[in-house]
Amino acid sequence: MSMDYREYILDHYRNPRNYGKLEQPDVHAEDSNPLCGDQLALDLQIEGNHVTAVRFQGRGCAISQASASMLSEMIEGKTTQEVIRLGKDEVLDALGIAISPARTKCAFLCLRVLHRGLAMAGLEKLGNNDEDED
Amino acid sequence: MVTYNKSAGTEQKVYSAAAIRHDFPILSRQVHGKPLVFLDSAVSSQKPLAVIEAMNVYYRTTHTNVHRGVYELSEEATAAMEKARVKVARFINARQSKQVIFTRNTTEGINLVAYSWGNANIHQGDLIVLTEMEHHSNLVPWQLLAQRTSARLEFVPITDDGLLRLDVYEQLLQQQPKLVAFTHVSNVLGTINPAKQMIAQAHAAGAIVLLDGAQSVPHLPVDVQDLDVDFLCFSGHKMLGPTGIGVLYGRRDLLEAMPPFLGGGSMIRKVELRQSTWDDLPWKFEAGTPAIAESIGEGAAVDYLTDLGMENVRRHEQEITRYAIEQLRSVPGLTIYGPDAEHRSGVTAFTLGDIHPHDLSSILDQEMGVAVRAGHHCTQPLHQRLNVAATARASFYVYTIPEEIDVLVKGLHKALQIFKL
Repeated sequence: MSMDYREYILDHYRNPRNYGKLEQPDVHAEDSNPLCGDQLALDLQIEGNHVTAVRFQGRGCAISQASASMLSEMIEGKTTQEVIRLGKDEVLDALGIAISPARTKCAFLCLRVLHRGLAMAGLEKLGNNDEDED
Repeated sequence: MVTYNKSAGTEQKVYSAAAIRHDFPILSRQVHGKPLVFLDSAVSSQKPLAVIEAMNVYYRTTHTNVHRGVYELSEEATAAMEKARVKVARFINARQSKQVIFTRNTTEGINLVAYSWGNANIHQGDLIVLTEMEHHSNLVPWQLLAQRTSARLEFVPITDDGLLRLDVYEQLLQQQPKLVAFTHVSNVLGTINPAKQMIAQAHAAGAIVLLDGAQSVPHLPVDVQDLDVDFLCFSGHKMLGPTGIGVLYGRRDLLEAMPPFLGGGSMIRKVELRQSTWDDLPWKFEAGTPAIAESIGEGAAVDYLTDLGMENVRRHEQEITRYAIEQLRSVPGLTIYGPDAEHRSGVTAFTLGDIHPHDLSSILDQEMGVAVRAGHHCTQPLHQRLNVAATARASFYVYTIPEEIDVLVKGLHKALQIFKL
């Protein structure tokens, strides 16, 4: 399987959207990928039923950082319910390239962090998303 | 294939890396439709037919358990395994083969010493000296020992060139550590540490020394008597042997005094319901059915390396490393970590521009069929010291040829193109 580093992926890698952190996040989680050392921290601000702000910080490969940046764009303005439903399909669609098996952990690190954060904030039960299937 | 080069006046045995590649079946395979360029021997080496066949023949003709039966097969299997032990002992110039304990790998050897010797000899407040360049396998077992015993850990820092700060080492020795444990060769920087001198200094300070030989025994002549080392650990799979077999060499008086690590069959002399006595060395430390075929494979690996000559192996790696560093320096934006080829084994860790090593490794694999490792290589603290999250690492061995370095360099240029650098 050949992975294709398309221009928009490199753009997200070099100019990540929603990069930074929130002063008082309602949801916060971080995690790392022990294989390659990718690191990711994610903050959400939630008002009523909507995510009103999202920020992430991290360092790692183009795949892990671009998917986090793309996921942050998907999260912005969505309802909490919609964010809970975000999964692998959405991330893969956004990346738009084949991801080799060894690199799925890079692509899905952002999902792990998101769903762990939602679970820690009591908004979601862990285990009902597919984060550990690979 | 060994040839004789008489041009130097005296008859000097040399070998050709290109010629011995035929001994390694895997090197003729393709990945992604391209010839495999395997530049990750520091993670695990490939195996010559001699090793594969030795294990194959053993299973086809000789297998049963060792040190148990009195029938023909059992005696043959036991003899084959013990013969492999003698070969390994000669390879590292151990005084006696009973000083060679078969383990699963380097990690198990270090853990054996940390539990058996460490629990008996390390007490509250005792100092253990390590270095900043240790593989996790020569770090975490000592952290666990320090937690069990409330001992202290101190670390010899490195210079920006990736050499140990020997001035700080000398200062730490003044605090009279009980144990000094360090790697002979760094698996990231490739640094060859001055082990003989450091061991002598540690002994003068009253310390016992454990040397991590995972990256040295496969690549350099290592003589335990010349080094005067107390414990040496290494793995079979990094030196042309199979996985699942490793070696702990120890000073005999230390091994004799140490309690067993794992208890069970094979390692006992007499067992009663409430107490037991232990077998002699080396079996005291080899509880349960050992890795018989793997020990025989390791014996064949040692034969193969002995035939090449470890001086020749070192010379070949030095040449290929010098060539690699030269070629890599021509790639714009590339940073190489570690010392010059004189102080370096066949390992080069590098980064390229803002391309994450993981992306680099993917591109090299897909575009060129090149296998290099990317990540922290089980040395997270060292990468913190180098101030990088990860590096890519190309590592070389007996079968690496300059043409493979050229493919690597071509791949790096390709990566620059893809990342528009």
